[in-house]
Amino acid sequence: MKALNVDDVSMVFTVPGGADVHALENVNLKLEPGELVSVLGPSGCGKTTLLNIVAGFLSPTRGQVFLDDDPVTGPSAERGMVFQQGALFEWMSVEKNVAFGPSVAGKPRAEIKKTVDHLLSVVGLEDFATKPVYQLSGGMQQRVALARCLANDPEVILMDEPLGALDALTREKMQGLVLKLWKETGKTIILITHSVEEALFLGERLIVMAPRPGRIEKEYRLPFAEMGLKKSPRDVKAAPAFIKNREEILSMIWEMEEEIMGRQEAS
Amino acid sequence: MADQKQAASDKKPASNLAIWLGLADNSFTRQKTVKFGDASAVNSGRGYGIITVAALLLLWWVATAFGWIKPIYWPSFGSVATRLDTLWTDGFRNVALWDHVAISVYRVLSGVFYGALVGIPLGLAMGLSSVARGVFDPVVEFIRPIPPLALIPLIILWFGIDEFAKIFLLFLASLFIMTIAARAGVSSVNISKVHAAYSLGASKWQVLTRVILPNALPEIFTGLRVSMGVCWGTVVAAELVAADRGVGSMIMIAKNFLQTDTVVIGIIIIGIIGFTIEILMRQLEKWLVPWRGKS
Repeated sequence: MKALNVDDVSMVFTVPGGADVHALENVNLKLEPGELVSVLGPSGCGKTTLLNIVAGFLSPTRGQVFLDDDPVTGPSAERGMVFQQGALFEWMSVEKNVAFGPSVAGKPRAEIKKTVDHLLSVVGLEDFATKPVYQLSGGMQQRVALARCLANDPEVILMDEPLGALDALTREKMQGLVLKLWKETGKTIILITHSVEEALFLGERLIVMAPRPGRIEKEYRLPFAEMGLKKSPRDVKAAPAFIKNREEILSMIWEMEEEIMGRQEAS
Repeated sequence: MADQKQAASDKKPASNLAIWLGLADNSFTRQKTVKFGDASAVNSGRGYGIITVAALLLLWWVATAFGWIKPIYWPSFGSVATRLDTLWTDGFRNVALWDHVAISVYRVLSGVFYGALVGIPLGLAMGLSSVARGVFDPVVEFIRPIPPLALIPLIILWFGIDEFAKIFLLFLASLFIMTIAARAGVSSVNISKVHAAYSLGASKWQVLTRVILPNALPEIFTGLRVSMGVCWGTVVAAELVAADRGVGSMIMIAKNFLQTDTVVIGIIIIGIIGFTIEILMRQLEKWLVPWRGKS
């Protein structure tokens, strides 16, 4: 596994006929190999922009992203991405979707088959291998997305609200799956989410971002991901320490939102 | 009062025949109280359709049998049947009826084939490259609104009236439809899919062949269906102008001999084939792009 280094990244979007939007300002973030970092913040704080820069879909105005010593210049198989939804290839079966990465890399058929079979059983979809993906439920589709990303064995996995479109119960189950996959594969993961609970439960580290300009406001080191591997999610989420953190972060984000609203009214 | 309520809820469902005819509510529409404005609560009314067709046929028979209309304007059942029999066995002007139909269908299929062959890559290029978009956009936007029939005189001047001229006209008619369909297919791709493919290590070529192209297939299919319809209309019109074979030419020549029965038969055949093309294309679409509208 390689270390990821976001080095003093700023992103300015120039709006024609309007003021420049400072989506990110001087963002510094280092991930050690195997870390799971969750990123949280109110809408407009630049968290998705940050992820797109790390993925290589956007080039930052200033600063750079490094994977070990190599600068990121575009998307590559080293940095896998799991999207919220709509990124599966609906013209392919479940197994073809999962096999996409190894197959464009030209891996031998037998090896691809082995990888796909293994990953489908890890995410519990071995009985759905030949189904078209559009026949699957939202939760199952996200499991396919996870398996497809893992099939490529990336150095870093970037998750952009991967569970955002799921109902509450499915979401909780999927959080357990993400933890399990993280533990089993030892991947470096950045997870972006809207849900404070999810960010606390999954992140070893939690980054809270603030908007205008988009920046890192606060960072937490958290024990809950480790706990979640041993205890049930509900036990972890009901622990007093969890609740205390949750309320603290919620009120922080609440204040940011209030401030944005206030500024919009003033202008 | 209580008995009345009981009676109302126990009301017997309508007979299966009435439901099939679409004259009575089925078990699904029966539950709905809001029907006006809810298209799914409107019954098929198949029974009325059957009545309409029967009434039209009856009118045909009565009007011709009682001489309300002269045979030169509208033929009787009998003469149409006799003519159909003659056409079936002897053909029309030394060409079998089947050959008249086949040549028209062949022209349409050729035109759509070449139109797709050129139009799909052109549309993909216009959706993917600013050079291709810049170069071809003015041409496509200018020629697109011109009805293909308006090009017939020019094509006759260039290529005469042989087979190539007809297929070239149909090629033009389908070319722009296919170009625009393929271009729309490219722009309909969810950018997440493209990003996902690149993050999985795909090259530009692999993104094109494994993501952009299959993603555009539903739109391309719509283009093919529209092309077929437009070309069928165009081929008949083109044959009316200049041809010695084809269903269009058959009815035009028949008109010159005042064979109204042949004209009517030709029109019915044209209708049936147009309808069949539409149905076949829809089936093909269901079979080849089952994921359509399901992302």
